[in-house]
Amino acid sequence: MRSRIVTAAAFTAATALAATGCGSGSSGSSAKSIKVVYWQNLDSTNKLQANFLASMVKEFTKANPGTKVTLVPVTASENDYYTKLQLMMRSPATAPDLVYEDTALINSDIAGGYLKPLDTYTAKWADWSQYAKAAKGAVTGASDGKTYAVPDDTDTRGIWYNKQLLQKAGIAVPWQPKTWADVIAAAKKIKAKLPGVTPLNLYTGQAGGEASSMQGFEMLLYGTPAGDKSLYDASQKKWVVGSQGFKDALDFVHTLYSQGLGPAKEQALGANFGTAVGTELIPEGKLAIDIDGSWMPNNWSSAAAKPWTEWQSVMGTAAMPTQNGQAPGSTSMSGGWAWSIPAKAKNPDLAWKFLSTTLQTKTNAAKWNATNANIAVRTDVASDPTYLNSVPTNKFFTELVADTHYRPGLPEYNQVSTAIQKAMESVTTGQASVDKAASTFDNDVKAAVGDDKTAEGTS
Amino acid sequence: MTTLAPAPPGTGGHPRRSRGAPAPAVRSLLRGLPTVPAVVLLAVFLAGPIAYCVYYAFTDMQLTGAAGTHFVGVDNFTRAFKDTDFLNAMWLTLLFVVGSAVIGQNTLGLALAVLMQKATQPVRALVNGVVIAAWVLPEVVAGYLMYAFFYDQGSLNSLLDAVHLPDQNWLYTMPILAVCLANVWRGTAFSLMVFTAAINDVPQELVEAAEMDGAGPWQRLWRVVLPVIRPSILTNLMLITLQTLSVFGLIYTMTRGGPGNKSETLPIFMYQQAFQNSLIGYGTAIALVLLVVGALFSVVYIRLLKLEDD
Repeated sequence: MRSRIVTAAAFTAATALAATGCGSGSSGSSAKSIKVVYWQNLDSTNKLQANFLASMVKEFTKANPGTKVTLVPVTASENDYYTKLQLMMRSPATAPDLVYEDTALINSDIAGGYLKPLDTYTAKWADWSQYAKAAKGAVTGASDGKTYAVPDDTDTRGIWYNKQLLQKAGIAVPWQPKTWADVIAAAKKIKAKLPGVTPLNLYTGQAGGEASSMQGFEMLLYGTPAGDKSLYDASQKKWVVGSQGFKDALDFVHTLYSQGLGPAKEQALGANFGTAVGTELIPEGKLAIDIDGSWMPNNWSSAAAKPWTEWQSVMGTAAMPTQNGQAPGSTSMSGGWAWSIPAKAKNPDLAWKFLSTTLQTKTNAAKWNATNANIAVRTDVASDPTYLNSVPTNKFFTELVADTHYRPGLPEYNQVSTAIQKAMESVTTGQASVDKAASTFDNDVKAAVGDDKTAEGTS
Repeated sequence: MTTLAPAPPGTGGHPRRSRGAPAPAVRSLLRGLPTVPAVVLLAVFLAGPIAYCVYYAFTDMQLTGAAGTHFVGVDNFTRAFKDTDFLNAMWLTLLFVVGSAVIGQNTLGLALAVLMQKATQPVRALVNGVVIAAWVLPEVVAGYLMYAFFYDQGSLNSLLDAVHLPDQNWLYTMPILAVCLANVWRGTAFSLMVFTAAINDVPQELVEAAEMDGAGPWQRLWRVVLPVIRPSILTNLMLITLQTLSVFGLIYTMTRGGPGNKSETLPIFMYQQAFQNSLIGYGTAIALVLLVVGALFSVVYIRLLKLEDD
């Protein structure tokens, strides 16, 4: 009996040691293999990126015999994906060699010491001159001016509307609202004429994550008179609190949800509402107006979750107006995704080779921008007919770039974004008044970035 | 665990000391030897991380956005107690524990155990099966089922519709009640099993004697059975309290702490701070507070148990 227990204990210890030993052994991979991490969104039928990357790996390993590229999809909501990514990059044992992330996170990951500067690589790479200046800005370290990623797409946001529903409600198409009031007025008309149809969707709340902040709130906020200075004042290096613009934007959200012009609150606050909008509400004609991104046709291509070819004749696009129609008349938000090499990557050289010779050649970049219906960041791709003709709305959304805004690429943005989502959620549910929610936001921002880094908004 | 193994007779387990055997101190040292691997493993994989957590709670460590980590003393704790969201989470946690564990699971488990004493075998098997099925399910699956039950177009509202009662939007208007009910549904099996075992151990003579003295069923339960199984009740309370304090998956799947923060208990709040706001230091500080809350509950129960023993 006793000897058996001893044996068992020894065995347990041995296997535990073996397991940990084994773990560190296998993670010290050979110089010929790399690990590439990307986001597989929760809608598991969406395999656009998975298929594209698989074909890239094939091309690369064919050209470089003996190398191995392991694709690691992380299936999660967007927020959870970043958490997982950051946890992976934190430790040398788990750090991948190439990661795909939203440019909004680049700066906080630089500050976290997770990313490797790529200047020595880009200096020797002829294609780098093709990348648009704004896109390069989005992947540049705010503190050291170094390049930390290669962007592969950007995006813009505007208004998608269902032409048939608008016509039924007595609104002339093509429709281009001039002010926020025009948008609300149209929603009211639709509500009155078309019962059973959700008039207007604007993402809101914490479950929506960055979609609420960016497609939702910031599309309003950056259209207030303060414009680029409505959230962060770059000249003073301070976050803006207590502004009228912020309250006006919150008031828009409040109007939308308290007057029943938006989706049902409990639906809008659900975690997978974004997927439902693209794959159910819009194709099924249950949503008339949607403030959303240039990538929406991804949902409807033949390779996507909900093939819907009629969208080209059913759906119209309009630019998001500024609050009172003030110059420049319309507003948009841009982000985009980029490839980075973690600081703790075991095989950065091979990762760079995969990135520069396969993933981001002109041909493949054009292929990706066309497949994924996003906006090109390479000037040579932007004029490429394959890309321009791949999606009928590409031209419209590429033109929005002129009046677009980028989010403040700062480490604190993440917390400010959460504070925005909280404020939106509390006015959406009616838990707090607009004034109360705005002052909670002010306090949250002050707590997150420090009192000395905030300034009272003037307008 | 190894030290608990009874020594088989005749293999040196008797306290008889033969000539040439090692001195008692050395011998107990030798006997302790087999536990060394277990102790080492516990130290490395359990005590180590816990010590780290305690340390992190006093730093400003972040998941991203800051490369350095600094010691900030009790800043995280003072911040927490000034944070209205934290206080809200604290209050909801107490509500959740008292409502779903202390009152819900405990009382329902006891009631079922008592009722099943007199039930026929098929009824007992059926009830046991239904109750234990909820217990066997993984937390997230149970959470999803409960979501499907409670949500706007879920089965509960379909049932209400069928009998012409007004719909309730459970997850939206009273999320904390919905998650409490879900936790009762999921956790009652444990109390049921503890109480069934305890009641079966009540000496039959005692019950019969009380019956002879003219005690009705209610009095027999109140004056005989309950006092005898009191230690089991307290032990059960302690276990389900600790378990309910740390419930995360169930609430996260059902409501994600929302809408707003109406069902945001401490574990959810902790997760949001640590992994969504990237504030690892603050998150671990909240975890420590949670640990203290659990410890306080335990102390109360243990004192009650001690009183019982005296």
